[in-house]
Amino acid sequence: MAKIIVVTSGKGGVGKTTTAASFATGLAMRGNKTIVIDFDVGLRNLDLIMGCERRVVFDFINVIQGEANLKQAMIRDKRVENLYILAASQTRDKDALALEGVERTLNKLAEDFDYIVCDSPAGIETGAIMAMYFADEALVVTNPEVSSVRDSDRVLGMLSSKTKRAKEGADPVKEHLVVTRYAANRVGKGEMLSLSDINDILGIPLLGVIPESETVLNASNSGMPVALENNADAGHAYLDMVARFLGENRPMRFTEAKKGFLDRLMGR
Amino acid sequence: MGWLDVFRSEKKGSAQHAKERLQLVVAHRRSGHDDQPAYFPQLQQDLLAVLRKYVQVGDDAVQMEIEREGDLEVLELNITLPDSKH
Ligand SMILES: Nc1ncnc2c1ncn2[C@@H]1O[C@H](COP(=O)(O)OP(=O)(O)OP(=O)(O)O)[C@@H](O)[C@H]1O
Ligand SMILES: [Mg+2]
Repeated sequence: MAKIIVVTSGKGGVGKTTTAASFATGLAMRGNKTIVIDFDVGLRNLDLIMGCERRVVFDFINVIQGEANLKQAMIRDKRVENLYILAASQTRDKDALALEGVERTLNKLAEDFDYIVCDSPAGIETGAIMAMYFADEALVVTNPEVSSVRDSDRVLGMLSSKTKRAKEGADPVKEHLVVTRYAANRVGKGEMLSLSDINDILGIPLLGVIPESETVLNASNSGMPVALENNADAGHAYLDMVARFLGENRPMRFTEAKKGFLDRLMGR
Repeated sequence: MGWLDVFRSEKKGSAQHAKERLQLVVAHRRSGHDDQPAYFPQLQQDLLAVLRKYVQVGDDAVQMEIEREGDLEVLELNITLPDSKH
């Protein structure tokens, strides 16, 4: 029986798709059969980040509407064994997703996957609710910045009221904080919220910290989840995060500013 | 204080301000009252103060509720007076 994990944030552009791609990749690298699904209907991007945009023939909506079966629509990753992608539709409007169809598809996938990772669209409307509705766990992606933190809080409110688990009074969705685009040097200067600030405000356990890094842009340019890049700090941070998710104890990295020459000179 | 300390002395960064503001909005949302008008708590305090000119009441004597129906908004006020012992 698969575990369903939604990657969500409320605010747009904070790194959900980047996180969903690398998290799913990391889970598969550790031998778990994993599928990552793009719920961003009309604005699909996961296929580009995963580098399989030219292999998309059928998408999630085609499956839901019975125009293709899952086998036809799932794209098997060529680099990592056990990793599959289900693209969103480019052309349909977002009302094409219906709860009942999503449930049917997820149930089918749950029969032979270990993890189903749902990449949520931004916002707090239907699309985002659809992506989180069946989730067992949630990665709440947050940037160290006021509007992102506030939106994460609103998303936490939705997780505890708008999901299937909430509606049925089951155990609540397990929430994990993922702080991305973390610029430790700016935090050090008191210009940006720190990890402990965000933790204090949101009050959910921290699963990972991903540094602000140009390796993310480079990786996306070449259609490579950053977790697959050997020399990328952000990639290492994602792999650490996956290890923690699987129960390993790994200290947080990339949380301290790199010291410059002047800093060392002045002993700070 | 050595001359280097001039460079080292830190201004209180804007992050601290951000944190304080966020803690307020988050507490407000989590209280479940985030669909109320922002003036509600103050109005409640003012009403209590007026009441207390005449009767002794507890902090929870004034209950307020806003009801919305279409574009009509109704403010419902419930004031609980202490048992009168004449
Ligand atoms: N750790 C990082 N360091 C630097 N840039 C990053 C990092 N994470 C994400 N980005 C950049 O931020 C942008 C948005 O990332 P991404 O598409 O993953 O966000 P999103 O939350 O999925 O956006 P949307 O809400 O539009 O779906 C991209 O240009 C990406 O390269
Ligand atoms: Mg996205």
